[in-house]
Amino acid sequence: MKQKLLTAIAATMMAASPALADLVIVDTSYRTGPYAANGIPFSDGYQDYFTLLNERDGGIGGEAVRVVECETGYNTEKGVECYEATKGEGALVYQPLSTGITYQLIPKATADGIPLHTMGYGRTSAKNGEVFKYVFNYPANYWDGASLAITHLVEQNGGSLDGKKVALVYHNSAYGKEPIRTLEGLAEKHGYELMLLPVDHPGQEQKSQWLQVRQQKPDYVLMWGWGVMNQVAIQEAVNIRFPMENFIGIWWSGSENDVKAAGEKANGYKALTFHNLGSDYPIYADIQKYVVDAGNAAGAGDQVGTVLYNRGMYAAMLAAEAIKTAQEMHGTADITSQQMRDGMENLEITEAKMAGLGLPNFGPEFKVSCQNHGGNGFGAVSQWDAAAGEFKLITEYYQSDQDVIQPLVAEDSAAFAAENGIEAGC
Amino acid sequence: MIYRESGDFSTTYSQDSQTFPIKFDRYRYYVLLVLAFAVVPFVINDYWVNAVFLPFLIYSIAAIGLNILVGYCGQVSLGTGGFMAVGAYACYKLMTAFPDVNIFFHIILSGGITAFVCVLFGLPSLRIKGFYLAVATLAAQFFLVWMFNRIGWFYNYSASGQINAPERTVFGVPVTGAETAPWAAYLFCLVFTVVCALVARNMTRGMQGRQWMAIRDMDIAAEIIGVNPLRAKLSAFAVSGFFVGLSGALFFAVYLGAVEVGEVFGISKSFLVLFMVIIGGLGSIFGSFAGAAFLVLLPVFLKNVLVGGLGWPTDLVEHMQFMIVGAMIIIFLILEPHGLAQLWRVAKEKLRLWPFPH
Repeated sequence: MKQKLLTAIAATMMAASPALADLVIVDTSYRTGPYAANGIPFSDGYQDYFTLLNERDGGIGGEAVRVVECETGYNTEKGVECYEATKGEGALVYQPLSTGITYQLIPKATADGIPLHTMGYGRTSAKNGEVFKYVFNYPANYWDGASLAITHLVEQNGGSLDGKKVALVYHNSAYGKEPIRTLEGLAEKHGYELMLLPVDHPGQEQKSQWLQVRQQKPDYVLMWGWGVMNQVAIQEAVNIRFPMENFIGIWWSGSENDVKAAGEKANGYKALTFHNLGSDYPIYADIQKYVVDAGNAAGAGDQVGTVLYNRGMYAAMLAAEAIKTAQEMHGTADITSQQMRDGMENLEITEAKMAGLGLPNFGPEFKVSCQNHGGNGFGAVSQWDAAAGEFKLITEYYQSDQDVIQPLVAEDSAAFAAENGIEAGC
Repeated sequence: MIYRESGDFSTTYSQDSQTFPIKFDRYRYYVLLVLAFAVVPFVINDYWVNAVFLPFLIYSIAAIGLNILVGYCGQVSLGTGGFMAVGAYACYKLMTAFPDVNIFFHIILSGGITAFVCVLFGLPSLRIKGFYLAVATLAAQFFLVWMFNRIGWFYNYSASGQINAPERTVFGVPVTGAETAPWAAYLFCLVFTVVCALVARNMTRGMQGRQWMAIRDMDIAAEIIGVNPLRAKLSAFAVSGFFVGLSGALFFAVYLGAVEVGEVFGISKSFLVLFMVIIGGLGSIFGSFAGAAFLVLLPVFLKNVLVGGLGWPTDLVEHMQFMIVGAMIIIFLILEPHGLAQLWRVAKEKLRLWPFPH
């Protein structure tokens, strides 16, 4: 008995079970900790889409998808543990949903030949596929986000931001620091003054930052926040009566969880997005029928249609389309992570494709190539309508300022290549 | 029965005062060392290294360092995370500034730099002690993390403020960077851990250790019998800082490879190492290992059993972990305030007398 127990324990400790002939997708989620409010809906959306494919279509190309969930708590050490524990199962792609974990995994995943998809986060210069061969950050990255926000402000001010003051409230980590370089570059171009207000992890303590906003009266505030930091920032902005329509969050600072706590006063808060919002798409009928009503929903099943649920679903859709591309390219349904990489590199998202999937007009069209792993940088601005209780798009999709971003991408990726002895090239 | 003393007769003082006076214990230790050096590297894989062995070895060094300060010298410190960060950033600066020097020396030098910083923050210990000192070292924790986040020079002005360990080799074998083989990383850390444990053990049972313990037990009495409190306290801070710095450097360079100071070396790291010392046993080198093993392995074990074995939802397991680990800490502190080391000591006593307890 004792020996049996010991063998059972040893077997579970080994964790790496034999790889089954499935398409294995790892969901490194976080449903606990200060970032859980935003981690849960994303993970639910990510899993539900694959569940839908399994239930409705019998998987992708006839091959069932197996989603392995691993809790990271947005903590890098746990993220590394998750990666090591799950890569042996034949994981096709990782979506770490954390810039910190992404930085850890870039060298490891590259050495193991497993692609990373860091959609709208992670290391921005990974857009340069010649250096970062296994990292993809399509359809848009932080620097696109910074540029999109400034372009929106330039438009609102009739073409010039001369003499304006823009504050950046950011998470004091790799994630929050990413846009600074771009915003500095754009400040030279458009003539605004940039004011930096770092907020330390996890972000509940922001009194002094908002005191500074009150004193120095910036015309606009941009925010790079995540998790509990967003709620607190919006509440603080409401408290000092900062005009909400002059407050723009990056796409990770624009979900219902972030604004609802501040109530009616948060009305008018803006956030960027690289995909469409709401649940007015044909695919939601299928999700309701095959996933929610069938009792297969991930988590509590109460997040369907929220901003981050949509984003998780969008990430899963992009992964599934890359799998399809890889299956076509290599003529096999049971692809490997290497083939998955090829599929991601040759991914093309068109309007017809999205409409066919039940997501018409859901996101911008883009095409990934060996040189460009980051898409074209299209995004739009959404605004919170407190009465309706939803974010609504208020602009068309427009492109970020590539003249400013491309040289920065080239510079940063060249530095990375030199540091790590990588020979760039396709 | 298992622990036999018959036949173990000490005839000299050196025999009597050796680390493992019982022959059985000593051989067990040799066998363990042979296993660790000659067997484990051949069977180890990525998962075991990154999830179990590296954190265990590295946290053990940190726990030994903190144990010297808190357990042996009685100076309560909450600055461990900050001092680990000093080791990590020192290592990063040295690695990038002198790429041709062997990483081995960089890590040792990082320990030296941390020792210096630790002494600086230890200076207040001459005037204050107990909770007040804990608060002073807490200031070190926050100040150091703030500084590494704030001053670009420390992270070579990289866009994200992260530091990344470039590839460095020992005898041509990479020990940092992505191409590191599991056995190489493991052996590299193992060498440091074993040497640290030996050094710490011998320091703590010699004159230096006796001075620390005298200060811990009653500083005024210690001063009267001729212990210089300034030297004793500051040497404890220096030695402790050296070990903690080593562990920080290894943590960054070998284990994680990239570090974001606020998250990795935050206040929670200080608490974690302090818990290791308390659970393992204050004033015991073995306790440092036991505490590190307990707090590193228990969560991984629970996760593998509950998620991998029983298929529970991951968030439920995560919350269960908090509760189980928390409850275990409380239970330990109530049932055995001297930690795992004391439990082990009692178990050995019993086994030596078995089957004739009195």
